[in-house]
Amino acid sequence: MSGNESGPTGDASTVRRRTATTRTRRRGVAPTARRTATRTGQYAALLAYLAFLAFPFLWLLSTAFKPPREIGSLHPTWIPEAPTLENFRQAFAEQPLWAAAGNSLLAAAVSALLAIALATPMAYVLARCRTRLSRAATGWVVISQAFPLVLVIIPLFLILKGLHLVDSRTGLILVYVVWSLPFALWMLTGYVRAVPAELEEAAAVDGAGRLRTLLSVTAPLLAPGIVATALFAFLTAWNEFFFALVLLKSPGKQTLPVALTHFLGTEGVADLGPLAAAALLATLPSLLLFAVIQRRITGGMLAGAVKN
Amino acid sequence: MGHDPAPAPPAQLTRRGLLAATAALPAAALLPGCSGDRRRRTSGGRITLRFQSLAWQQDSLAANRHLVAEWNRQHPTVQVRYVQASWSTVHDQLLTSFEGGEAPDIIHDATDDLADFAHGGDLADLTALLPPRLRRDIPQRTWETATFDGRIHGVPFLQEPRVLIANRAKLRRSGVRLPTPEDPWNWEEFAHAARRLTRGTAHGVAWPLKEPVSATLNLALSTGGRMFHRHPDGRAEVRFDAVDQVVPRTIHDQVNVDRSASRTTLGMGGSDTLPGFFAGRCAMVPLGFSYRQQIVQQAPGGFDWTVLPAPEGTTPDQGVSPQTLSIAADCPHKEVAMAFIDFLLRPPHMVRLALGDWLLPTGREALRDPALRTARYDWATGTALASTLRAAPAQSVRGYPEWKDKVATPGLQEYYSGAIDLDALKERLVGDGNLVLARYQR
Repeated sequence: MSGNESGPTGDASTVRRRTATTRTRRRGVAPTARRTATRTGQYAALLAYLAFLAFPFLWLLSTAFKPPREIGSLHPTWIPEAPTLENFRQAFAEQPLWAAAGNSLLAAAVSALLAIALATPMAYVLARCRTRLSRAATGWVVISQAFPLVLVIIPLFLILKGLHLVDSRTGLILVYVVWSLPFALWMLTGYVRAVPAELEEAAAVDGAGRLRTLLSVTAPLLAPGIVATALFAFLTAWNEFFFALVLLKSPGKQTLPVALTHFLGTEGVADLGPLAAAALLATLPSLLLFAVIQRRITGGMLAGAVKN
Repeated sequence: MGHDPAPAPPAQLTRRGLLAATAALPAAALLPGCSGDRRRRTSGGRITLRFQSLAWQQDSLAANRHLVAEWNRQHPTVQVRYVQASWSTVHDQLLTSFEGGEAPDIIHDATDDLADFAHGGDLADLTALLPPRLRRDIPQRTWETATFDGRIHGVPFLQEPRVLIANRAKLRRSGVRLPTPEDPWNWEEFAHAARRLTRGTAHGVAWPLKEPVSATLNLALSTGGRMFHRHPDGRAEVRFDAVDQVVPRTIHDQVNVDRSASRTTLGMGGSDTLPGFFAGRCAMVPLGFSYRQQIVQQAPGGFDWTVLPAPEGTTPDQGVSPQTLSIAADCPHKEVAMAFIDFLLRPPHMVRLALGDWLLPTGREALRDPALRTARYDWATGTALASTLRAAPAQSVRGYPEWKDKVATPGLQEYYSGAIDLDALKERLVGDGNLVLARYQR
C-alpha cells in the first residue's frame, strides 16, 4: 500500500505518519533547528576528517614548490613565499622519472587486468558453489594475506631467476598478479554474492544460456565491483616498492617508488624539495584515477533489481 | 519464486575458462620490453660491467655519470653500465642480489655495511688486485676500515668526520675560545662552552641522536673508548669501561643535569635540527661534515656559521666508516673491474667525487688539492681532520648490526633521555650485548 494513500481506511502506519506530521507542524521551528544543528555537526566532522586526510597531500604540494630556504624554515607557511619550479627541474634532471612512471604504469595496469581476468571466474565459482572445499579455499586465500614479504622474497627471487625473469618486467608483473590475486578474489567473491542468483535463474527461464546469462546479466551488475577490485590491484602495484627494488636491476626498468629512494642519502638525509616534487608525480595518478572512477564504485546499482 | 530453479552453473565451463586463463598467463611474456637482458655480457670480446652507485646529490650524480661516460669513451671494449641505488635500501638489495647470484660487478657501499657480505664470501678479496698507486695513495689506517680477517674487501674513497656546526655570532658574543683543528676543545671545555652558550630557551648544543650508536662510538674513540675488544682467538667482546663512558656521560649530563643541550632534538635526525639552529634555538649542532651543503642551501641570508672540530679526549681521533667500492665475488672480470675503480679514484676524479658529496677523499694526493684546502665553507677545517680519522672499532664485528638495533640504540636513547642510569646502560650494552655477539661466534 502506498504511503501516500489517505482516508479513514488508511493503515496504522499511515495514521502514525500523519500524526507525526501534525505534531511537527505544531511544534514548529524546534525540530528544524535540531536537524540543522545535527546536519552542521555532521558537516563539521566531515570537514575535519577531510582536512586530516588532505593535510599530508597539501603539505607535499606546498613543499614541492618551495625553495630550500623555506623548506628549512622554523616557521613554515602553507603558501610558498617564493614559489619555484626548481625542485621539479632538479628531480627530472637527476632521475629518469618519466621512464620510471611509465614502468610503474605498465606494471600496475597489466597486473590489474590479469588479476581481474583470473579472479573474476574464480570468484564466481567460489560464490556460487558453496561447498566445504570452496569455503576452505576462501579461508586459505584470506590466510595467505598474512604472509610477510621477507618470507617469500628470496624463494621468489630464486624461482624467477630459474625462469630467467629477474630484471624483467614480466617477472615483476607476474609477482604483482600473484600478490594481489588473493585479495582481489576475496573482494570479488563478496561482490558476486551480492548479485542475486534469482536474476540468473530468471534469465535462464527466459531462455538465455549460461554464457549469455553471465555476460548480459551478471557481468553488468558486477561492473562496480570489478572496477573497485581493479583499482585496488592497480594501486597495490603502483605503490609497491620492495619487489620492484629486488627484482629489477636495470636503471631503465625501475619503477617510480624505487626511483623516489634515490633522493635519500645516508642517515636519512633527504633532498626534500626534489623528493617532494617526485612524490607529487607519484601521487597524482592515484588521485586522478579515484576522481574519475569513484562514481563507478558506488553501490546501489542492484537496488530494486529483485523484489523479495 | 515460482519458476524452476536455473540449471546449476556448469562447473565444466567455469573450469575450462579458468584453465584457459591460467594457460594464458605465460603469454604475458610477449608483453613489451619483457625479456631481462643477460648481465655481464661478453660479446665479440666486449665486456659489460655493472656499477651500482649510491651517489644521490646533484653534483655527485653528475660527477659519477660523467666519469662513467668518460671511461666508456676511452674503453670501447669494456663498457660500464651505471646503475643507481639508494642508501636507504642498499643492504636488502645487495642481500637478495648475492643470494640470487645477480649482484652488480662494482658495488658502492660503506665499510660498516660490508662485514656480513665479506664474511659470507660475497665480496672479492681485493688485496692482490689493488694497483700499487692506489694502495700507496690511501693511508694504512684507512685500509683497515675495509679489512676483514686480513683481507681487503673494499676500496675506501670518501669519508666524513663529525664536526660541530656552530653559530659564529653566538660564539663570539659568549666569549668562549674558538677551537681549531690544531687546538680543539677537550670534552670539559666543550661542556663549559655549551653552558656559556645556554641563554633562556636557547641551548648551547642540540644533539641529533635519532641514530645514537655510531655517533657515540665514533666520538668515544677520542677518549680511548673502543667498546668492542677482540680476544686472541678472534672472538669479540663488548666492554663498557671508564674510557667508554666519557662521551655518553657528557651528553647525558648536558641534557639532564645542566640543561645545556636540548632534550627535544634527542629523537631527531641531523636535518631536523637545522631549522632550530637557523632560528637561534641552539648555538652548536654536532653533525657530519657533509651537512654543510644543506646549511648553504637552507640557511637564511646573512646567517653566520662555522665548522669546529669535534672535541678531543686523550687523542683527537674519531671513528669513521668510509664509503667504499667493492667487487662482487662472482664477477668474472675482476681485474677489469679493478681497473675501472682505479680510474674512478684517480686523484682529480676523487676530488670531484668528494666535492660533489661535500665529503673528504681518502687519498693523500686528493687531500692536497687546493679545492679542498679553501676556507670557503670551511673545507680546510675538515681536510685538517682527515689524519685523525680511524676505523670505527665496531664495524668489523659480526653481529654488530643486531647489537646496534636491538641493544645499543634503545639503551642509549633511554640513557640520554634520563630514563635509565649509567649502570643500567652498562648492564644492557655488556650483558645483553655479549649474548647477541655469542650467537655469531659459536
